[in-house]
Amino acid sequence: MSRQRSLKLALTLIAVVLALVLASGGLFVARGADPIKIGFGMALTGGLSANGKPALLALQIWKDDVNKRGGLLGRQVELIFYDDQTNPATIPGIYSKLLDVDKVDLIISGYGTNLIAPLLPIAMERKLTLIGMFGLANNEKYQYPNYFQIQPAGPDPQTSTAIGFFELAAKQNPKPQTVALVGADAEYPQNALVGARELVKKFGFKTVYDKTYPPNTTDYTPIVRAIKATNADIVFVASYPPDSVGMLRAAHEVGLQPKMFGGGMVGLMFTSIMTSMGPMLNGVVNYDFWAPEPPMLAFAGIKEFLKEYQARAEKEKMDPLGYYLPPYSYAVGQVLGQAVEAVKSLDQQKIADHIRATEFNTVVGKIKFGKNGEWAKGRTLMVQYQKIQGNGIEQFRGAGTKPVLWPDELKSGNIIYPYASALK
Amino acid sequence: MKTGRTLLVALAVIVAGILLAKLRVNPYFYFAGYVILQYIVIATAWNILGGYAGYVNFGTPAFFAMGAYTAVFLIRSVHAPLPVLIVAGGLVAALLGLGIGYLTLRLRGTFFSIATLALAVVLQTAIINWEYVGGSRGLSVIRPSGPPFGNYVVFLFTVMGGLAVVSVLVARFIERSWIGRGLAALRDNEEAAECMGVPTLKLKLFATTVSGFFLGVAGAPFPYYVTFVEPNSAFALDYAVNALAMPMIGGTTSWVGPVIGAVLLGTASQLATVTISSEMNLFIVGVVLVAFVVLAPEGILGLVRKLRSR
Amino acid sequence: MFSWDLLANAVVAGLLIGGFYAAVSLGVGLIFGLLDIANIAQPAFVILGSYAAYVLNSSYGLDPILTGLLLTPVFYLLGAAVYRVYYTSFERRGEESLRGLVFFFGILFIIEVSLSIIFGVDYRLIQTWYGSRSIEFAGVGVAFRYLVPFVVGVAMTLALHLFLGRTFYGRAIMAVSQDRLALRLMGANPVQIKTIAFGVGIAAASLAGALLISIAPVIPSTDRDYIGRMFAITVLGGMGSIGGTLVAGIVLGIAESLMATFFGPSWSLAVSFGILLLALAVRPAGLFGR
Repeated sequence: MSRQRSLKLALTLIAVVLALVLASGGLFVARGADPIKIGFGMALTGGLSANGKPALLALQIWKDDVNKRGGLLGRQVELIFYDDQTNPATIPGIYSKLLDVDKVDLIISGYGTNLIAPLLPIAMERKLTLIGMFGLANNEKYQYPNYFQIQPAGPDPQTSTAIGFFELAAKQNPKPQTVALVGADAEYPQNALVGARELVKKFGFKTVYDKTYPPNTTDYTPIVRAIKATNADIVFVASYPPDSVGMLRAAHEVGLQPKMFGGGMVGLMFTSIMTSMGPMLNGVVNYDFWAPEPPMLAFAGIKEFLKEYQARAEKEKMDPLGYYLPPYSYAVGQVLGQAVEAVKSLDQQKIADHIRATEFNTVVGKIKFGKNGEWAKGRTLMVQYQKIQGNGIEQFRGAGTKPVLWPDELKSGNIIYPYASALK
Repeated sequence: MKTGRTLLVALAVIVAGILLAKLRVNPYFYFAGYVILQYIVIATAWNILGGYAGYVNFGTPAFFAMGAYTAVFLIRSVHAPLPVLIVAGGLVAALLGLGIGYLTLRLRGTFFSIATLALAVVLQTAIINWEYVGGSRGLSVIRPSGPPFGNYVVFLFTVMGGLAVVSVLVARFIERSWIGRGLAALRDNEEAAECMGVPTLKLKLFATTVSGFFLGVAGAPFPYYVTFVEPNSAFALDYAVNALAMPMIGGTTSWVGPVIGAVLLGTASQLATVTISSEMNLFIVGVVLVAFVVLAPEGILGLVRKLRSR
Repeated sequence: MFSWDLLANAVVAGLLIGGFYAAVSLGVGLIFGLLDIANIAQPAFVILGSYAAYVLNSSYGLDPILTGLLLTPVFYLLGAAVYRVYYTSFERRGEESLRGLVFFFGILFIIEVSLSIIFGVDYRLIQTWYGSRSIEFAGVGVAFRYLVPFVVGVAMTLALHLFLGRTFYGRAIMAVSQDRLALRLMGANPVQIKTIAFGVGIAAASLAGALLISIAPVIPSTDRDYIGRMFAITVLGGMGSIGGTLVAGIVLGIAESLMATFFGPSWSLAVSFGILLLALAVRPAGLFGR
């Protein structure tokens, strides 16, 4: 076939496709005209999907609960969401679809700092109120007044993970002297380490080791050995699930027993990891957001929510207990819903003003927002794994294996110090 | 089609792009359109080396990300304007192509391909350790104010449209020139080409450099499109797969193939992102790729040619 | 800070993980090194082996190495089938380089995405019965979690070496890599020989995958971390030398380990690729290459 013909064919094909796309702009709008539409992207695939999927489930449970009580402003609520693949590059396109094609009334963010980052400028440009889910310090640069964050980090997000850890350390008698800091070359661990370094200075500890490793390291033994050689009193680790597991296993194999071990190890609280690591977790003092301990279970609505979540999660191959993010994701819905009902409208500015000025009652307790939309008072928990025996899941369902050591208002147990005593 | 007429068509396409921008159709169109145009540049660039010369580059993300990170660096340090970002991004990626080509093109093609795989990992590690451009935490970038057409994404859409036209013109020019003939000769049988006096090493280096240049150019506007650049998404595997799949599906022997592939596959992926699950989307891309490679190695162009000549 | 104790431990740790890396790279050593087929889908088959071991472990409590061994015939057949498709579509037409590479890339992708769809992206791990124990020799601690894969890796290398050197089919594989025409003249069918070789290479992936999941948690995209390592080791060791693969694996393991212990681990992954690029530039034949 001559070049000319093939060129014409190509141009025709392209024209047809373009025409279809333009025309179908109206075709694939998400259905419904009467309900209140809340739109968002969510990490259903990719690195953060292990948390994204439970977060979505929690929001869906919230939507069902709200609709059972008659909806918001007398209208049913509908959630419209797309998979952001844990890839920030999809965010502009997704939210344009949500706002310009599906015409959603309200937006919330997806899960995670990196997915909120490209969304904030979009919210600012379009003057939308945005509730973010577990983003670390996204608003520090922009200081957008209509952004609110659901994560108990508080006004100083970077030190929020480590503050409980180092406060507990400083209280011990005799006071430990030296600290080893180690973490993965990735977003959250790097932020946690920046905060940890500040706190080390504040509490007057001495740093004897401060290095990072690439996230896909296979063998953590050389790293742990190097740390052991420093004889540090305290070892603070900031890691993502695979390296949390790797570091902990290597620590046991090498016999690393500082006076305090743990810190910002993401993943240890995931049910699948808790059950497979079992007693190896004993003694680790780690950050957490939620634990099935009496102070946390006392908040209104949490028990019912967890019951519903656990029933549905069984079927859907996600974390079966939901003791990490889901309660907070449900709280996102609660804050938004309560604000809409209170101002009796969908006006973005009115909603934002109301959220800024109100203290909300949610399944994770009272929430009041402060500077840059963060919680006025930080409440990241410090827990310690204690008395774990074997690999059964039931011991994690109720209280006892993960008592809360810090902050005081949510405290439910005492620290076993030094670390080695908890291993017996 | 003669060169004169081609240039006219190219101009017409650019004008159409500008008109579309002025028309302000549904904003979503510009977001999706940007991504598809970006893939036209990527697929065309990849094909200059892969289709014309027969050397498979698996490290497309490395070149794309170099373009993006060069832009980030220049934005953060000197607030350089967009045209500078594009040219600089392209040049850095071109140098990268030249370097990796020089190291490995004297060996067989498979070694080059493996080296490109390794390249992506080494570069990603380097970027993760470079705090100035955000390191592993990423960097937020603020779009400049007062863009043409009033909206930055619409502006980027026209810019990318222009870049797509330029890259296709360059590819077409290479294809028709003695360079293209030399590349085709070495693709079919490198030893024979050498024996006939074709300067194979120089041609290969040329192709790698030009290919790298346009991959970097495709990446340079990325920071302003997403406003947040972090290593995992800049080096995403999607770029590697699509850069391969689009030319293979469209047809690798001519500049038309990558364009067809990019439009078809790009549109399909955009649709899939907002309809079915994206895992299925990737699965389908993989299956279609393998199916084409096995059953229709000449791509759609080849299929059409066969149909026409019956 | 430096101490002999730390050095000794770093070297031993590197040695052990090197044995494991060699086990993982054996398939590539065979398929790419001897048959000259750039099977970049090999790491995906390894991950497939890991998931198979996981499934059998969580349903029946089977030890992963046992599973790996049991599944070798299944993987062998799978490998033979993949080769047949490759041969019919590409080798026969003499178009291997571009399209063959793309074909394998597509296979890698399909396997990885299918695993994501079926198993989701949660990390999967196996705790073996020997997993948390370790022993000490002269100040050097050795964890069973690494020792066992090392031993298995060495055993696999030895087995493959013997197979290639002493059995009829093994020697036929060596022959077909050197001179196809001569082989045909000797009465053996090169296509059949290559099918066997490819099958063996994929079967090795089954066992390697089982070892992988007993060392570290696995998700479908873990394969990408190993693509570079596998090829780096094969090229460094010398194409066509199985023993070379083991030596190269150990060299790489020790280099990464020393880097991690004394300089900080941030660059240790780049070390392997740096070594690859250097090897390609300076001595493409590798340490023991022909």
